[in-house]
Amino acid sequence: MSLIEITEVRKSFGPNEVLKGINLDIEPGEVIAIIGKSGSGKSTLLRCINGLESINSGSISVAGAQLLPDELHLKALRLKVGMIFQQFNLFPHLTAGGNVILSQAVVKKTPKPEAEAIARQMLDRVGLAAKFDAYPDELSGGQQQRVAIARALAMRPIALLCDEITSALDPELVGEVLAVVRSLAAEGMTLLMVTHEMKFARDVCSRVVFMHHGKVHEIGRPEAVFANPQTPELKQFLGML
Amino acid sequence: MTQFTLWDIFRNLLLATRWTILLSLVSFLGGGILGLILLFMRIGHNRAAQFFSKIYVEIFQGTPLLMQLFLAFFGLGLFGINVPAWLAAGVALIAWTAAFLVEIWRGCVESVASGQWEAAASLGMGYLQQMRYVILPQALKIAVAPTVGFSVQVIKGTALTSIIGFVELSKAGSVVTNATFQPFTVYGLVALLYFALCWPLSKSSQILERKLNVAHRNH
Repeated sequence: MSLIEITEVRKSFGPNEVLKGINLDIEPGEVIAIIGKSGSGKSTLLRCINGLESINSGSISVAGAQLLPDELHLKALRLKVGMIFQQFNLFPHLTAGGNVILSQAVVKKTPKPEAEAIARQMLDRVGLAAKFDAYPDELSGGQQQRVAIARALAMRPIALLCDEITSALDPELVGEVLAVVRSLAAEGMTLLMVTHEMKFARDVCSRVVFMHHGKVHEIGRPEAVFANPQTPELKQFLGML
Repeated sequence: MTQFTLWDIFRNLLLATRWTILLSLVSFLGGGILGLILLFMRIGHNRAAQFFSKIYVEIFQGTPLLMQLFLAFFGLGLFGINVPAWLAAGVALIAWTAAFLVEIWRGCVESVASGQWEAAASLGMGYLQQMRYVILPQALKIAVAPTVGFSVQVIKGTALTSIIGFVELSKAGSVVTNATFQPFTVYGLVALLYFALCWPLSKSSQILERKLNVAHRNH
């Protein structure tokens, strides 16, 4: 059984159908890059996987947890998949440490000392052990995004969804975030990332999904997809036409 | 004819100021509690409650406070219920204050970026947890300055209750004028007393706004 099973997922915003029957099975430890033009539905797909958007039909399950619209099922699902956002979305009223502690304490009821120990460990893992007491607005964009990764990791998810996590960063800060993602991939974390970093996708990912008009248009190993695209749409997207 | 000294006038007005302060406090606290209830109805997931809160605000913001006072005072009287002026004044001002505080606070809650809700949700928090630990602490900070600022409106609003016979600062002013025939002196003092109540509040609202904004920038 696959870790993440996406079956015939359809999603509309009003009359506009953005996902037109998506099928995608992801094995444990896979690193998947989703690429495509803006408006192709790639971010929406990611947001559907942890229930930030409701789906109109089809099914999504992560390690046996079904996506259903009630709070109990959503919580069970969200404990299995973490999400990192383009805009970081750190809680500005809490320190970096507080950000990583909060959901452990509130959702998992982890005792405070243990939650703090895990928070320190996770911040250390993203290279920010020294920034435990810093507030988000004292950190650079790259540091904020790494805290966001630590915050997601502290919940011990089975998979991480990354929604264009380097798109809001200055070019010189992209590298430090990608380095963290690369190390997670090396440790066997299942990653599903919407990205514009083609070089990173080529180097790190096990499969690349090209989305076009709300469908999986082409899918395959990165060397095949990038070197030998089959469809004119992908060729055009990669700038080969 | 009795002569009134300036101190006589001032002393009587000062005594009446107690009632202005008390009525303001009651209105503000009562309105705050009612406003909080209406706020949770408005931002909660229950459609009927949302609708009720919305209609409430439209009605109380869409009619003059004076009419609300009249309705509370005379309206209940029509049903044979004898309403004392202080009760009608208190009820009307609480209801009116609540309608404005709800909208101020709703604006504060909605000004917290939607990404905050999403981040909290993606970490597995339920609606109430998102509200309690992520949204409200941020909204509260934004709300302090405008809420203190609005308290000035409440104090000035209490002046209208003089029309239904509640003896607070303004009513005392007209009573004293009738006895002394010195309207300019009396109302001048009345205005001065209102200013003494309101100015520190609006000033502290400004200071709070600056201070909390700085805190938001640098922590």
